[in-house]
Amino acid sequence: MPHKILEKTRLNSVMWKIVLEAPLVAKSARCGQFVIVKIDEKGERIPLTINDFDLKKGTITIIFQEVGTTTKRFGCLKKGDSVKDLLGPLGRPTDFGEAGKIILIAGGVGIAEILPIAKYAKNNANFVLTIIGSRSKELLILEEELKKYSDKLIVTTNDGSYGLKGLVIEPLRDTLAKEQFDLSYCVGPDIMMKAVSEVTKACNLKTFVSLDANMVDATGMCATCRVTVGGKTKFVCVDGPEFDGHLVDWDRFIKRQKRFVDEEKRSLELFKSQHKECIYRGGEDG
Amino acid sequence: MAKTRMREQDPLARIRNFDEVALGLTEEEAKNEAARCLECKKAACVGECPIEIDIPTFIQYIAKGEFENALNKIREKNALPAVCGRVCPQEDQCEKACVLVKKEGAVGIGDLERFIADWEIANNSKLKTPWPAEHKSQGRQNSKLEKRKLKEKVAIIGSGPAGITCAGELAKSGYDVTIFESLHKPGGVLTYGIPEFRLPKRIVDVELEYVQSLGVKIEANFLVGRTKTIDDLRKDGWRAFFIAIGAGLPYFLGVEGENLNGVYSANEFLTRTNLMKSYLFPEYDTPIKVGSIVGVIGAGNVAMDSARSALRLGAKKVYIIYRRTEFEMPARIDEIKRAKEEGVEFALLTHPVRFFGDENGWVKETELLKNELGDPDSSGRRRPVPIKGSEFRMKLDTVVCAIGQGPNPLLARTLTNLKLDEDGNIIVDKNHMTSIEGVFAGGDIVTGAATVIAAMGAGKKAAQAIDRYLKG
Repeated sequence: MPHKILEKTRLNSVMWKIVLEAPLVAKSARCGQFVIVKIDEKGERIPLTINDFDLKKGTITIIFQEVGTTTKRFGCLKKGDSVKDLLGPLGRPTDFGEAGKIILIAGGVGIAEILPIAKYAKNNANFVLTIIGSRSKELLILEEELKKYSDKLIVTTNDGSYGLKGLVIEPLRDTLAKEQFDLSYCVGPDIMMKAVSEVTKACNLKTFVSLDANMVDATGMCATCRVTVGGKTKFVCVDGPEFDGHLVDWDRFIKRQKRFVDEEKRSLELFKSQHKECIYRGGEDG
Repeated sequence: MAKTRMREQDPLARIRNFDEVALGLTEEEAKNEAARCLECKKAACVGECPIEIDIPTFIQYIAKGEFENALNKIREKNALPAVCGRVCPQEDQCEKACVLVKKEGAVGIGDLERFIADWEIANNSKLKTPWPAEHKSQGRQNSKLEKRKLKEKVAIIGSGPAGITCAGELAKSGYDVTIFESLHKPGGVLTYGIPEFRLPKRIVDVELEYVQSLGVKIEANFLVGRTKTIDDLRKDGWRAFFIAIGAGLPYFLGVEGENLNGVYSANEFLTRTNLMKSYLFPEYDTPIKVGSIVGVIGAGNVAMDSARSALRLGAKKVYIIYRRTEFEMPARIDEIKRAKEEGVEFALLTHPVRFFGDENGWVKETELLKNELGDPDSSGRRRPVPIKGSEFRMKLDTVVCAIGQGPNPLLARTLTNLKLDEDGNIIVDKNHMTSIEGVFAGGDIVTGAATVIAAMGAGKKAAQAIDRYLKG
């Protein structure tokens, strides 16, 4: 069953927000879960976090960044087009419930993934402090939406074009030096999740991270997404995507994430040579 | 007269492509081979077939050139003849029981089954009966009963051999059958696991079309337990369930360095290649990375498939690394032979104990131990005993673990009262029913990883049990 793209909005030069027709997924989806999208016959099976879902309309919202060939090709689809295959919801749902004071940290496209967590945290009567960071003002997304679910929101940009200049790690350190928290939750680039986990570990603050790993079936069958957590091999697809950030073997995980970089480059070059019109469309929507 | 062997692609040519290796029999060859059958009155071959195909009768039809009759005879019992003709271990089943086995060699029952199935595919539009005569006559005989019972909804979970067979049987009995498949393409191991060169995917497609022609619906991209639970499906009106999710969880060795880059489970290696068509990368988006020296751990059919795929993906050297000797290898003799012809090397009586990586986290070297054979273990095969101090190293830059698969726990986690054995397989009674009323199971999820045909046999028996259950 193909899934129609009902809405497509450009969030910035590399990120899209897409509302997909997906009544079955919308019905079962819970916070923290993801879907596998395979846009067409030749596409990869890519895991994407369910950013939002609407039971009545039978839709799910996903936000993604154009990185590799499949996501770039996804970006080329227009409103009214369909994605061929969609599987979900997958992964264990978020269930930290009422934890008390929570600090959320997100970076890059991870900000899209922290939004449902913020919503969940707020709905479960937690105090929510959110720190988000992006490379520049242009790449920053969902600030207004996150304000709704955060008691306090701190924004950083690497280049200082908006909010505090620098990385999320600095305001995180400052905040933790002043205040006690009960839980932290981080989604973003692997290197950021690693750094955040190191900081929170030093002050013994329980930290969940939501890992984004390369997957194939995403049902526990291929084990390509395996990660070492607390000395044990876990599968991100079925045991995660949430893990205790203090227990993740980050160096191993980060190296594993790079295992197809050469192939990805090759694939992208081929794509660019074949799809000039699509790539260079510029800021146009849908 | 000696057995007529199928022609095969030349080994040097075939390791450059993913096309089918065995080319099948011509009509003349098939008739000649069929004429070798002695038409035993008490045919031992039938007794060895898990789905009890009337082998002598279909072979006689071939000898007479009555191919459509032969086809219908096979279809009475087998929904997947083109698959079984290719991947069944006939040498351990029907052909082993053939009275000719010790003389000039068993009748090529598997090759003949494949011949008929391929003949059907080639002549599909010309056939008079789109489905077996038996189905029609049964329908007539039981028309009153079937009409009354028609439309009861049965859900089959998993579209591999067990699921397809069970679905086909139940559809023939008049049930409203839907198969739920989590991947985007149905077929289970036939689609994601067995490579194109051993089982072309167009063959699987044809077999699936046949099952759909019986009225079976296939819902892909549906993970029971996540997309909907069995309880949800019950509320939606499904009356009985057959869990046929196979052995989907890959086993690893549990040794150091196993999560290094370049160490694959056979599931991953084969799924990327077959299901995602990585061998056509970058035309297809899913990559696979194969180094120049590949070690495949294990010696079953999955290991042979992995080793031979690795060669086709460009590996310079491929080793099968196995802890026992060739005699104990679980793979089919023909597949071992073909692997050897293609240049796969065998490092026997040895097993890896540690993988070493480079600074970027890629596997580069493997430490292994040599074994000698000790007393037989529970499988009846002689146990490998490591030789102290026999450590040695091999420079492998890709490793594929093909040491077996176990039950995927995902579905079981969503069913609180489902009884499992200590390995995590589902426990069923003699009627294939699990500890949950109306929920049946069969195939690898019950027995542990086994063969296509064993799963089909379970699917067939479960279908009969489900029929009895629903008729109450």
